Amino acid sequence: MGQATTTSPDKIATRDAYGKALAELGAEDPRIVVLDADLSGSTKTAVFAKAFPERFFNMGVSEQDMMGTAAGFALAGKIPFASTFAMFATGRAFEIVRNSIAYPHLPVRICASHAGLTVGEDGASHQTVADIALMRVLPGMTVIVPADATETRQVIRKIVDLPGPVYVRLSRAAFPVIFGEDYRFEVGKGHRLCEGKDVALVACGLLVAHCLEAAKILETQGVRTTVVNMSTVKPLDETLLLQVAKECGKIVTVEEHSILGGLGGAVAEFLAEKHPVKVHRVGVRDEFGQSGPAEALLKHYRLMPEDIAREALTCMQGD
Amino acid sequence: MKKTSNIPELQEIARQLRVDCLKMLHRAKSGHTGGPLGMMDIIAALYFHAMNHDPQNPTWPDRDRFILSNGHCCPAIYVALCKAGYFPKEELLHLRQIGSPLQGHPKLKVEWGIEMSTGSLGQGMSVGNGIALAARLDKKDFTVYSMHSDGEAQEGMLWEAALTAGFRKLDNRICFLDYNGIQIDGFNKDIKDVAPLEDKFIAFRWAVKTIDGHDMAQILEAIDWAKKTSGKPKMIIAKTILGKGVSIFENKPKYHGVAPSDEELAIALKELGEN
Repeated sequence: MGQATTTSPDKIATRDAYGKALAELGAEDPRIVVLDADLSGSTKTAVFAKAFPERFFNMGVSEQDMMGTAAGFALAGKIPFASTFAMFATGRAFEIVRNSIAYPHLPVRICASHAGLTVGEDGASHQTVADIALMRVLPGMTVIVPADATETRQVIRKIVDLPGPVYVRLSRAAFPVIFGEDYRFEVGKGHRLCEGKDVALVACGLLVAHCLEAAKILETQGVRTTVVNMSTVKPLDETLLLQVAKECGKIVTVEEHSILGGLGGAVAEFLAEKHPVKVHRVGVRDEFGQSGPAEALLKHYRLMPEDIAREALTCMQGD
Repeated sequence: MKKTSNIPELQEIARQLRVDCLKMLHRAKSGHTGGPLGMMDIIAALYFHAMNHDPQNPTWPDRDRFILSNGHCCPAIYVALCKAGYFPKEELLHLRQIGSPLQGHPKLKVEWGIEMSTGSLGQGMSVGNGIALAARLDKKDFTVYSMHSDGEAQEGMLWEAALTAGFRKLDNRICFLDYNGIQIDGFNKDIKDVAPLEDKFIAFRWAVKTIDGHDMAQILEAIDWAKKTSGKPKMIIAKTILGKGVSIFENKPKYHGVAPSDEELAIALKELGEN
């Protein structure tokens, strides 16, 4: 575990799974159009572009225009998928997403790649750890962070006819495929991947894989751990979260995102009101990223399985 | 709804819309006065002459679209849509009130003819382009109209969209730019001059025509020209007077964003021939 930047048969980047899923859907559903802002090779919308050039729109380096144009496609009855790096989709174009997509509640699917630190060598200007927070505050926006390639494929298929706008957070780095074909993603449903009554790790995205490793480390120390894949950050699976909080009494949130406003924020906000338990947040601690290989960055920012296990133990102490 | 090509009839519709607009704003005690009065002749020409639309069937897929990108001028389209029959006149009494579909800036409601939420400047041209690209994909021949303003031309996103429309030869796009020279803080020549607009759009590969936005014959002629010109998006730069039709409002930046007082309304109605 943790060989984040090397590829092996069981490691696939979620952006690759996205590109493949999109091209499959394109063949099935003529309503689907795809927009990109000059990053189609990186976001993998190029796969769709090659198969369906007449339904692919490269908007050039104009993220704001891309989002506004996508809104227009949605008004005309199309199902637009708009892709670029997460930094620009949610940062540069935020106000257009807010006013021209979320406010009129249009079914634009914003599928943004290169989220989080695992962008790697490009550094902080391209590493957003605030995108979940930015999208989560928009009324009616569904926010999904798939954990692996299998889940990504299912997410893309499930959101085609979902009412309103959707934000899907995708990653550059190849990461382990943790789900088999029997896995079933549902919008708004978390999944309990392993059960234990001592502490619960509630995670999204690539770090779900690290949580599964962390649970093994904790097991060697006699700690029984629940791991939840909370791939839909909004709407949050409150039923599952409440159940896990009641059973374990201690929650550690884990995400490749700022500890402010993301999954950790969502979980802490909900539990503080409905069932106050101890919540620790593993994530980027209110700082910017930097250049480096993806795995080295995850180590530097303490997002590895051993870091998560350590935080779980800290959370369990002092009661 | 009756459409007409008769110039005196359209001028009379524009006059009535100005009256309705001022009464509505006066009652709401809030809203933009100058811009809507300035663009009312064009709005009358679009809704009562040029556009294919049907208030009885507002979601008709082949209808022409109109996006008001300078959303703060929505009082102009609210009174036009009401007159066209999209919603009852009583609704105008609820402008800017809680729960009213007639929000301070447009909120999408196709059933009432409001084709998009706008208000934050610079976004409507991209939205119109998206509809136009979808129409091209579906081989539909409706036209996507949009209205823009000179202040809006200071937004970078407008130029991203202008580049897209020009590059993609979106000839099913007809845009107007309401050029009254005034923005909230004053005259745009003093704040950040947008001139020369004609040259800019030509450089962005648009077909451009500049007209007197209060000359109904010129407006109809320009729309006719735009419909006949293929291979390029069309920009009609309309020289207008902020507050047109009421001498006390005309060309005064102060009336960009305020509603008329009791006295001002009385003067305005008198000047507009409503006694």
